Amino acid sequence: MISQFFILSSKGDPLIYKDFRGDSGGRDVAELFYRKLTGLPGDESPVVMHHDGRHFIHIRHSGLYLVVTTSENVSPFSLLELLSRLATLLGDYCGSLGEGTISRNVALVYELLDEVLDYGYVQTTSTEMLRNFIQTEAVVSKPFSLFDLSSVGLFGAETQQSKVAPSSAASRPVLSSRSDQSQKNEVFLDVVERLSVLIASNGSLLKVDVQGEIRLKSFLPSGSEMRIGLTEEFCVGKSELRGYGPGIRVDEVSFHSSVNLDEFESHRILRLQPPQGELTVMRYQLSDDLPSPLPFRLFPSVQWDRGSGRLQVYLKLRCDLPSKSQALNVRLHLPLPRGVVSLSQELSSPEQKAELAEGALRWDLPRVQGGSQLSGLFQMDVPGPPGPPSHGLSTSAPPLGLGPASLSFELPRHTCSGLQVRFLRLAFRPCGNANPHKWVRHLSHSDAYVIRI
Amino acid sequence: MPYLGSEDVVKELKKALCNPHIQGDRLRYRNVIQRVIRMSKLDQWGQAEVLNFLLRYQPRSEEELFDILNLLDSFLKSSSPGVVMGATKLFLILAKKFPHVQTDVLVRVKGPLLAACSSESRELCFVALCHVRQILHSLPGHFSSHYKKFFCSYSEPHYIKLQKVEVLCELVNDENVQQVLEELRGYCTDVSADFAQAAIFAIGGIARTYTDQCVQILTELLGLRQEHITTVVVQTFRDLVWLCPQCTEAVCQALPGCEENIQDSEGKQALIWLLGVHGERIPNAPYVLEDFVENVKSETFPAVKMELLTALLRLFLSRPAECQDMLGRLLYYCIEEEKDMAVRDRGLFYYRLLLVGIDEVKRILCSPKSDPTLGLLEDPAERPVNSWASDFNTLVPVYGKAHWATISKCQGAERCGPELPKTSSFAASGPLIPEDNKEREQEFPDSGALMLVPNRQLTAEYFEKTWLSLKVAHQQVLPWRGEFHPDTLQMALQVVNIQTIAMSRAGTRPWKAYLSAQDDTGCLFLIELLLEPENSEMQISVKQNEARTETLNSFISVLETVIGTIEEIKS
Repeated sequence: MISQFFILSSKGDPLIYKDFRGDSGGRDVAELFYRKLTGLPGDESPVVMHHDGRHFIHIRHSGLYLVVTTSENVSPFSLLELLSRLATLLGDYCGSLGEGTISRNVALVYELLDEVLDYGYVQTTSTEMLRNFIQTEAVVSKPFSLFDLSSVGLFGAETQQSKVAPSSAASRPVLSSRSDQSQKNEVFLDVVERLSVLIASNGSLLKVDVQGEIRLKSFLPSGSEMRIGLTEEFCVGKSELRGYGPGIRVDEVSFHSSVNLDEFESHRILRLQPPQGELTVMRYQLSDDLPSPLPFRLFPSVQWDRGSGRLQVYLKLRCDLPSKSQALNVRLHLPLPRGVVSLSQELSSPEQKAELAEGALRWDLPRVQGGSQLSGLFQMDVPGPPGPPSHGLSTSAPPLGLGPASLSFELPRHTCSGLQVRFLRLAFRPCGNANPHKWVRHLSHSDAYVIRI
Repeated sequence: MPYLGSEDVVKELKKALCNPHIQGDRLRYRNVIQRVIRMSKLDQWGQAEVLNFLLRYQPRSEEELFDILNLLDSFLKSSSPGVVMGATKLFLILAKKFPHVQTDVLVRVKGPLLAACSSESRELCFVALCHVRQILHSLPGHFSSHYKKFFCSYSEPHYIKLQKVEVLCELVNDENVQQVLEELRGYCTDVSADFAQAAIFAIGGIARTYTDQCVQILTELLGLRQEHITTVVVQTFRDLVWLCPQCTEAVCQALPGCEENIQDSEGKQALIWLLGVHGERIPNAPYVLEDFVENVKSETFPAVKMELLTALLRLFLSRPAECQDMLGRLLYYCIEEEKDMAVRDRGLFYYRLLLVGIDEVKRILCSPKSDPTLGLLEDPAERPVNSWASDFNTLVPVYGKAHWATISKCQGAERCGPELPKTSSFAASGPLIPEDNKEREQEFPDSGALMLVPNRQLTAEYFEKTWLSLKVAHQQVLPWRGEFHPDTLQMALQVVNIQTIAMSRAGTRPWKAYLSAQDDTGCLFLIELLLEPENSEMQISVKQNEARTETLNSFISVLETVIGTIEEIKS
């Protein structure tokens, strides 16, 4: 199936190169790929490219390019699945996937590739089977420490014991065979939702879409059974009804093949025996019918004087979350008409920041409390052919190029669909070690939150 | 052999599917297939491989077909997109005589495809969109209720947005046309000029069915007076009046004023054409064309000048008084001063035509102003599923048919033959004569009257028996240097329909191979190739079951050519 596999850094430097079939014809295939990628015209897709009898298929992950080449007409879905699975595997074995970790663990990566792919055919990608064969140890940059409170990322959480694990907690290698007593047995469970919203210029909601995933990263020995309990009243599909009240609803659910669904119907409990490493337990999606109001509403007011070119944009952002919650790292991105070089601003609170970057307004609000309202007034001059003189500012149609506003934000401890993990129980205690730690986190973040002006 | 779950499973599978006795017995082969399908411990890669193998299997009866489909049903619900798509393709191909089964499968695969279209992974999203477009060619209403999923968001890469716009254009129906047009209208004012233009062309596509609303939107867009928008709108109008003459009136009213905003060649050509053909309804047509004529000397695009000549002549026929003077000036310029020969020739042609008489000109130039039937020719509505079922879940929809055609043309010349399965006996159960074979036959020198046909698998025992019973008809020695890959030789021989019965592994000494070939008259050739350790020569012994010298000689020459080619290739 596969002729070559290689990993390039974001600048095109080859980090890993493995030739399975020996049919590269003496050419530097990685170089060929990078040149073709950078020289591709804008409207062609780089995902699958062809050169000289060879197909290049790649994904971008953590800034790296993972590329396979093939000369046969194979299923693109299988190849992309293989690439993402390889990315996850490498992440599991090396701690995290990045240029640094790959360069430090080259031997481990090649050993993994040897076991996963034989003559270009996939043998197995299951961490269970692989750990019997992999001998090399992963090299980590520094031992992780609880005092390292860097930025919030994936797999880090508060728990009922109000301990905080930093994002780097889960980024250590999963499968080291050192029988290290200090290695804690931990399991991280994340409920992550991506919210896509489209609001028209008159304020009506055109589209709302929530894509959710329940991701598990387990450092426990494989085969430990665990039970994950979800909100009991959550219904699947439009017609199901459970409990009283509107309840929590999702449109569609799909599970990983290893999840046991015996108790799902009755009590919404998932049972599984996860291997070590990362696993997406459940995927669900919900459209058009959110139980809670949308997190943000924007009320823009635009006044444009065509004669003088003066444009005044007043943005009022209202956060409709419950007052106890907050949104973090909120950023509003508003493309401006061409030619705007400077703007003056008045913001309602000092911790906000607004600046003009690359022809767009960027308004940063590090923290927005639920129920609060923030506003900003921006004034700028729009160069262009002078239109008919108007009498001062008027609220006519906004100038061309004043694009839709996009919001990006994170909502910690909040799920838009309302789905929550009630409990995470392990069936037995692994002998010898202390009680394993369980970290559960709920997080929503914006995927594409667009409000038209 | 791909890993299919566990040691004993692999052994069983190998034994069964490679055993020619099982191949020969339909019932036993079918049982093995059933067992393969029932293997529950396969991981997603094993399942995908199984689905791939099964593509070659042809169930003998309808009952068997539905039996297999029932067993494979669970694969359609798998969480792995590769398995789901593989299962869909298998269903589509197996059920090619049952279109309602095919439609049913496509309904069931809607969910997974839509999930893939909204996936976080951009690449998966793109591949899924290509497949959605493929399905829409046969079932245009299939995704109409899910049109919202194909709205573009600003952070998506360009190539995904383009695909989504195409999909939106194709899934329009009465219920969603309003919202889809609203959305596309929003894209037309996008910052990126390419994307805006793609959206406008998409509206033009929808306009063939929903003409009035689209023309209204396009007219509004003209009001923005943006260069990149105006030029594409005018081009869309030109295409539209040809296919939908009912909108000509509206278009003509919208045109005045555009000429100030068009600078590029395509836009100018479209505008000039419209003014020429429909100029009688546009009051200021002659004046616009006059502007162009005034500036013809500084016009850089010869295509524009050609269009100008034709348009002005047409307009002259309907409004002679206003156009006569500038037509004269234009013709003078084109004939006397123009450097581009094509333009000059056209000018000369029109001048001579005018000399013949105005009636002749009218007769020749007054062509129909629209041809709605062209619309039917251009979009072959609803191709049957079977035309693309074999391309589903391959790289073909991702590249697009046109690009794929160019790729496979280049590849056909380079490839040294079809992929040879490790156990060539797969060929027995399914019709799997690779197409390449037939093309390649011509590339090798024609061996006169000899026509080798692919014979049915000769069993080893039969070969041995025949070999021992015949005498050597011909022996020859060919020069040979160095190492080579036996697979290459096997493939090359396969191309000319010489089957390999047995071949030593590369590197063993002495290296031997036994080949067989059959003539179209039934004459059987048995060949032994021998490579001794120290020699740099290959010994060939040929035995023939009917003593015919001519055919023997032709066959020898074919064999020599093949071996000689391999010798050249590797050295």
